[in-house]
Amino acid sequence: MTILKYDGTFEGFLSAVFHCYENKIDDASILKKVYSASTFFDTEEEIITNPLKAKRVWKGISKKISAEGKKKLYKSFLSEVIEVENIMLGYIKRALSSEKNIETDFTDYNVLTIDKIAKKVSREKHRMDAFVRFRLTQDGIYFATVEPDFNVLPLNADHFKKRYADQKWIIYDLKRKYGIYYNLENVEMVTLEISSTINQKSQASQYFTIEEIQFQQLWGNYFKSSNIVSRKNMELHVKHIPKRYWKYLSEKNC
Amino acid sequence: MDFERIKEKLSILADAAKYDVSCSSSGSNRKNNNKGLGNSSGMGICHSYTEDGRCVSLLKILLTNHCIFDCAYCVTRKSNDIKRAAFQIQEVVDLTINFYRRNYIEGLFLSSGIFKNADYTMERLVAVAKKLREEENFNGYIHLKSIPGASDELMREAGLYADRLSVNIEIPTEKGLKLLAPDKDRKDFIKPMEKVKNEIIQYKSERKLLKKVPIYAPAGQSTQMIVGASGETDAEIMYTSAYFYKSFNLKRVYYSGYIPISHDHRLPSIGTAVPLLRENRLYQTDWLLRFYGFDIRELLNSDFPNLESDIDPKLSWALRNLDQFPIDINKADTRMLLRVPGLGTKSVHKIIQARRYRNLNWENLKSIGASLNRAKYFITCDSRIFETKDRTAAQLKGLILNNATSKFSSTLSAQLNLFESQTINSA
Repeated sequence: MTILKYDGTFEGFLSAVFHCYENKIDDASILKKVYSASTFFDTEEEIITNPLKAKRVWKGISKKISAEGKKKLYKSFLSEVIEVENIMLGYIKRALSSEKNIETDFTDYNVLTIDKIAKKVSREKHRMDAFVRFRLTQDGIYFATVEPDFNVLPLNADHFKKRYADQKWIIYDLKRKYGIYYNLENVEMVTLEISSTINQKSQASQYFTIEEIQFQQLWGNYFKSSNIVSRKNMELHVKHIPKRYWKYLSEKNC
Repeated sequence: MDFERIKEKLSILADAAKYDVSCSSSGSNRKNNNKGLGNSSGMGICHSYTEDGRCVSLLKILLTNHCIFDCAYCVTRKSNDIKRAAFQIQEVVDLTINFYRRNYIEGLFLSSGIFKNADYTMERLVAVAKKLREEENFNGYIHLKSIPGASDELMREAGLYADRLSVNIEIPTEKGLKLLAPDKDRKDFIKPMEKVKNEIIQYKSERKLLKKVPIYAPAGQSTQMIVGASGETDAEIMYTSAYFYKSFNLKRVYYSGYIPISHDHRLPSIGTAVPLLRENRLYQTDWLLRFYGFDIRELLNSDFPNLESDIDPKLSWALRNLDQFPIDINKADTRMLLRVPGLGTKSVHKIIQARRYRNLNWENLKSIGASLNRAKYFITCDSRIFETKDRTAAQLKGLILNNATSKFSSTLSAQLNLFESQTINSA
């Protein structure tokens, strides 16, 4: 088996796909550099990310599958699922070699798997649209921290930009240590030194306005008042909001 | 802003509004084109869920819970001894904007007790929406209650600012309404609904001709019925529902299991369980009407006035119509696929796409996500193994209910069941 190691970017992955075709490698396995689990019997090659090559591959794919299909591939990539690259590679090979569009051939393992992974990523993206809780900082930025299961913030940027066009905001992924920042014009990627006390309730007044803390209370209050006790159904509640998301929801922490 | 005062009002007026079950924030097309606040062009979002498992999408409050009416089923009724409060218009605006900016909500759902008269109340609801749109440049979702008896002029104005309007008919039958809300008349509910319906039709036809027509209630109208307060049958509820869907082009009818809130002898007493299962079966029926191509007469009729509680209404229908099965999954049309118990709209869509490439077998169907433990009795596919055709409806029901308890056993044993039951029957 030939292991192709790439830098973890989408362009890097596409460059690896290019490399497979250019060198007619049939037994390729594409892997992020960080997982350097080299074995004795495999050949290893390091892929140098090349935007032009990446573009050519993407263009080739565009001729064979729809915009929706391409989006599914990109979403699968963001899933960071181990070995997703190889499922994507299988999908791309099949798409490129086939006369017909293959993206709805759900009896094909790679097609169905990409569909399922993309759906999971979409769900996580949607959860972030829903569960982000902005807090107004003393310097006038609406700030939120999250730890999504998948690397979905690139997918969320557009939604938040359209919605909060007149306020500065940051959504910060604590797990992946980067955030998206809207500066009233564009959304950009940022890395910040995040203080470990920013999510501690007792320290809130250090970072946030008094009004902010009051609105969190009002919201928590509203959340309690709108519950109907005689219909209590915690199983359903937890199904909709799995516990791992609770720590970022102010209504669950007041 | 007087924080403590607002907090108290919010508790009272959110508590009073929670019996309205609608939380939908989808189906609008109000884009943020002016660099303002908010965008409701996409799908709805549930920002949180209360401990009863219901979605929190909108800030759902009453403007006031003062009310001149005395409807027996309502907590806000005049004769009920509860704390009363009223928001000022600006207070509702501020709460909405500040909650929205923090990504707590998709928008506002504003209802109200009726004070003075219908128009006086409706005017104030409209004033809130107008202020949000015009002064705050707000493009989020607004759902306003149409107050029964409100004038046509006010309903016209309401639709210019709101995304959705709704009137709750509450009691499914006229005789029930007479008993529980003697001051109310079905006609008063219908009047604003009719006006909004006509405005929407006019808006849609004008938009075909002119580019710049102000949008009117883009997310349409809905209504709600209380279930289990007036001894009505499921058929009575669903025929009323079907009538409202058809006559007023409603987007949604909501069903709300009656929650006992009063010692009134006309109503189920306090402590009576909320009919959650019945509510669920009604929603399933509603879905069958809207997305599965069923006619209400197939599901409920004079021979069959109530839904079965132990099985869902589609399975129930299928068991009464065994002559129409089994169907070939690789040949059947969409209409028939949608009628197979265990196949939802998404599975059907996938099946139709996937079978273009090759005939599907059991393994394919399972990986696509079809619920075979029900579907297998009603279909054949690209396989020699299939369920026998000569079982009675009662036998099938028993088999399916038995399997339903094994919901959490591994998929493997479900697969085995398929073969086992086959061997038993051929033996």
